[in-house]
Amino acid sequence: MTALVQTVSKSTLLSVVSAIVLGFGIITVAGHVQAATLHDAAHDVRHATGFPCH
Amino acid sequence: MFQKILTSALFAGFCAGLLAAALQFVFVQPVLLHAELYEGGDLVHFGGEAISAHPELPGFDAMRDGLSILFTVLIYVGYALLLIGAMALADERGIAINARNGIIWGLAGFVAFHFAPAISLPPEVPGVAAADVAARQVWWWGAVAATVLGLGLIAFGNGMVMWGVAAVLLLAPHIIGAPHPDEFSGPVPPEIAALFASRALGVGLFAWGLLGLFAGYFWRRESATA
Repeated sequence: MTALVQTVSKSTLLSVVSAIVLGFGIITVAGHVQAATLHDAAHDVRHATGFPCH
Repeated sequence: MFQKILTSALFAGFCAGLLAAALQFVFVQPVLLHAELYEGGDLVHFGGEAISAHPELPGFDAMRDGLSILFTVLIYVGYALLLIGAMALADERGIAINARNGIIWGLAGFVAFHFAPAISLPPEVPGVAAADVAARQVWWWGAVAATVLGLGLIAFGNGMVMWGVAAVLLLAPHIIGAPHPDEFSGPVPPEIAALFASRALGVGLFAWGLLGLFAGYFWRRESATA
């Protein structure tokens, strides 16, 4: 993994980190945040996707 | 580069998310709705007469099922950003990415995001007793992160030491153990809970395989036109 990171350019790394942060954010909001409205809207999907729910 | 990842992820996540929503609607939603009849007290098992395994279930609900489609697509776009981010790193290092080997990437994603957490924290049917949700979420993310690192080492690491570290990473979340409830109080029959867990995993397997296929396809397409 270290070798993998060392051989890529800085701009690639920045793009990849940005994509991962964005992906992480989307999964957290859609799948994990417990705010009532979000929870109710995403309820069935959270169960079906195997996320911890309730 | 970011634009390429974002474009591929939007297309791949949207395609896989729509198909995942369709699969969930056919295979998972009826089991979930059946479980909710027990969760809400409309049906009761144990201690009474035997209950029909085929009650009438609520039909299509435009609002509820529409939101499910929307959130499934969102979650698969999120998965796609992570998956294609990793593909971009590999591509830069000279590892070819295409629709066919994308399926392997997708299956690895399934193992990391569905299967590995489910080994100790099975997909929960509505109404089951469970430990504190925040504790389960922390464990869930920890299990996903450890599995991603472990699979990454198996795929790209060199030497037996790396494989040893990978084995430790893959097993650690389950040796540490997931948070489980102190008491059982779930009203849902075990038959339904078991079917729910295996259906959720089965649909996840297909959907992640499709996500990998689309991710490889769109990444290659974007690379060709860039």
